[in-house]
Amino acid sequence: MAVKYNDFVIRFANVNGSGSASANGMFAKALFRMGIPVATRNIFPSNIQGLPTWFEVRVSEKGYLGRREGVDIMVAMNAETFAEDVASIRPGGYLFFDNTKPLPKELHRSDIVEIGVPISQLLLPEFADPKQRSLFKNITYLGVLTALLNIEFDVITGMVSKQYKGKEDLIEPNIRAMELGRRYAYDYLQCPLPMQVKRMNALGDKIMVDGNTAAGLGAVYGGATVCAWYPITPSTSVAEAFERYTAQMRKDKATGRSRYAIVQAEDELAAIGIVIGAAWNGARSFTATSGPGISLMGEFLGLAYFAEIPAVVWDIQRSGPSTGMPTRTQQSDVMAAAYSSHGDTKHIVLFPSTPRECFDFATEALDLADRLQTPVLVLSDLELGMNDNLSEPFEWDDSRVYDRGKVLNGEQLEKIQRFGRYLDVDGDGIGYRTLPGTHPTKGAFFTRGTSRDEYAAYTESPDAYERNMQRLLKKWDTAKTLVPKAEVTTGAHRNGVLYFGTTALPMQEALDHLAIEGIGLDTCRVRAFPFGPEVEAFIRGHDKVFVVEQNRDGQMRQLLVNEIGVDPVRLVPVLYYAGLSISADQIRSQISAHFGTHKMSRLTEVKS
Amino acid sequence: MTFVAKPKVHHPRLPLNEIGLTRRDYEGSVSTLCAGCGHDSVSAAIVQACAELSLPPHRFAKVSGIGCSSKTPSYFLGKSHGFNSVHGRMPSIATGANLANRELFTIGISGDGDSASIGLGQFAHIVRRRINMCYIVDNNGTYGLTKGQFSATNDKGSTSKRGAPNLYEPIDLVSLAIQIGASFVARSFSGDKKQLVPLIKAALMHKGMAFIDVISPCVAFNNHNGSTKSYDYVRQHRESVVAADYVPHAEEMTADYEPGTTERVNMPDGSVLHLRKLAQDYDPHDRVAALHYVQSHQAEGEVVTGLLYLDPEPMDCHDILGTVDTPLNQLTEADLCPGNGALAAVNASFR
Repeated sequence: MAVKYNDFVIRFANVNGSGSASANGMFAKALFRMGIPVATRNIFPSNIQGLPTWFEVRVSEKGYLGRREGVDIMVAMNAETFAEDVASIRPGGYLFFDNTKPLPKELHRSDIVEIGVPISQLLLPEFADPKQRSLFKNITYLGVLTALLNIEFDVITGMVSKQYKGKEDLIEPNIRAMELGRRYAYDYLQCPLPMQVKRMNALGDKIMVDGNTAAGLGAVYGGATVCAWYPITPSTSVAEAFERYTAQMRKDKATGRSRYAIVQAEDELAAIGIVIGAAWNGARSFTATSGPGISLMGEFLGLAYFAEIPAVVWDIQRSGPSTGMPTRTQQSDVMAAAYSSHGDTKHIVLFPSTPRECFDFATEALDLADRLQTPVLVLSDLELGMNDNLSEPFEWDDSRVYDRGKVLNGEQLEKIQRFGRYLDVDGDGIGYRTLPGTHPTKGAFFTRGTSRDEYAAYTESPDAYERNMQRLLKKWDTAKTLVPKAEVTTGAHRNGVLYFGTTALPMQEALDHLAIEGIGLDTCRVRAFPFGPEVEAFIRGHDKVFVVEQNRDGQMRQLLVNEIGVDPVRLVPVLYYAGLSISADQIRSQISAHFGTHKMSRLTEVKS
Repeated sequence: MTFVAKPKVHHPRLPLNEIGLTRRDYEGSVSTLCAGCGHDSVSAAIVQACAELSLPPHRFAKVSGIGCSSKTPSYFLGKSHGFNSVHGRMPSIATGANLANRELFTIGISGDGDSASIGLGQFAHIVRRRINMCYIVDNNGTYGLTKGQFSATNDKGSTSKRGAPNLYEPIDLVSLAIQIGASFVARSFSGDKKQLVPLIKAALMHKGMAFIDVISPCVAFNNHNGSTKSYDYVRQHRESVVAADYVPHAEEMTADYEPGTTERVNMPDGSVLHLRKLAQDYDPHDRVAALHYVQSHQAEGEVVTGLLYLDPEPMDCHDILGTVDTPLNQLTEADLCPGNGALAAVNASFR
């Protein structure tokens, strides 16, 4: 049989809380260290212990990192989901299981290869403690896999030693358990499989990290000093990363005291209130939440929009309300973020696609919020936020100066005849602000939502209200020139595809497969709302634009129709929202079907 | 309310305080509340307290929620920034503002609807966090701006203007504050400036959460015979426990007080707070006894006023978090950004 290298999907089916995460993580890291492109996906329940959990690793020589349908190798370690796990294996794939107890007859499949290893039995004479035996099952199957897939063994053992540094007494039994599995495989199984890995050099200086860690680190670099948050999956690790890195990097060396303040608030309302209070008083501040938090923050976000106070909100999106499916990924807060709150409001939204972009956008968001004196929401999602993604390494330009926006100091106030907080002095819709306590007699003003004139004096005059709202629109136009531009490739095709955030992950693969079918598309990766002129030009320059997103109602498409005023027929929704991340096949099949139904011309047909 | 603006010039012989300012320098714009509103007396007491303490009138952060009380920050300390935020959420704004600049005096003004109903959660948690501020609730037991609904501090059985009784138990913010960590808890009456001004002075100089519940009658909706928050009711049913007098560091005077009846409390800035015991055996440092005292008198329909609890060793949120002395809003790139060099180790940890 021909050997296939570095191209498969392996899925580990485990019980939540059984200690599988570290073994599975080591598996993915080992391939990464062998220079092979990998993408990891954790599919987990809203549960601490006992419910099923899956960890999927896609290995792709071509660097396709989106989710792919179907499983080539199933490591089935959970009795509860065993039947459905077996069913999900592609024909020709492999089922790996603990055959201490025999496989029930009805689960046999003739179109897959069954690889049974008596893991429990192997461990029984080796480890007396039943708890240890149960824990070491994970590391033992890892040992078997190193032999089956030809993973360099010293890469893995090196990782075990590093992981348990300081707990040396754990290294020996872990490596012993791993060798137990490896030895068994070499003795009794055909190793390696025709589906295996081979060292390559595809990764350069790339790193493997989750987007939330990148965001938290970025907020440290971006100069955030106040972080207020409320625990909610999948955003919690943003604040936790900020906490970890500030503790390392932001202590005063002489006194050991903190150049930051982190408050775990009582709820999301308080979290955003603290952020707004701190920003009103001149500290860079941010919060991290998910959809339910965005709902709760609605009132305050509107206030910050009208009162013109900076605020940065990370929204790590998940599916709908309550619990259960909400630990699954989605892009379903686009409208909620863009138009959050009552009254006439709209907000700046950024859409990062990679951990590096999470790191970069953390500072960008703080700069934009200060410059535009308004909330900035950064929409990541569970897929990007909580899974290890391949990424360009983090970089910082040491000559970079934070853009603190238009804030007048005491000397500047001294020179001003009459300070007007909401006067459009520069014609860009952005007034100058002052911070409390700056000057003994000048610059103080009373912050309110609406009902104020250019000098922040109370008024309910219809003219003053309308003037203010028009100025806010002018500021919105200024925002269009400042937010990150869309990444556009254009000029080759009549039709295009528009996407954002993690929908970028499977996009290259989808485009390559569409090209095989004779379908060529220009691309536009949107990185911010409001949309810049390049997005409008892209849509106007193509007959049809497929808008790919992970929600039911095509929220990005609605936003495009609404803000750009384009004929909705020209924007074709391509949607996936079932809780897993969107796959290349989902994108390809929907676009291909549309070409078929609407008899749109293909490149190959043009040629022939 | 009046629409006649206050004259900008003031009497040449108005007394000057230590930093050469008169009381007028601590005032704000003209109140738009009803004539006779207790809240205006609270604003006036704040003006007097700040002027007498000779605090720079621009070094305050005034924050409030929504309601009649929350409008008042524009009626005092006009040289300071104010923030009229959203209903019930003043405590979170105050928390952020105080974290950003620990050098400013933070004054939060709220009402009973704002702090005991919609904002009860935020009230409880800012007290737990021990934000260094003076938190005043103008407590009138009613919703004024929406025209006279009962609030959560309204006593059970107390009637509305139309005679309908309140059917629900009241929330006592004072007891709650003592219970969950406020290091300075007082209650006063807007009609008693002699008691209120020294309490506000002491609260401003207190390092930690200083909470004052001020019974402040609503002349429009809750100043009638069936109300337990009317001027007449409060005057007849209150009992003072501890009178506080705050004496700045520079001019300590103890001559006014009889020896043996005063207690000196040293404040963090070196000044002294004198507590005058009125009720027998009242110990403002005993948290459990204070709660018992407040609640047992409450059961008899009495409103206990004065300084009810004072933590002898207060601390604030900055102490808890261990933040640097420099206000966070004054830190620059050099203080905040670890630089590109530090990223090499970070990147290596992800390979």
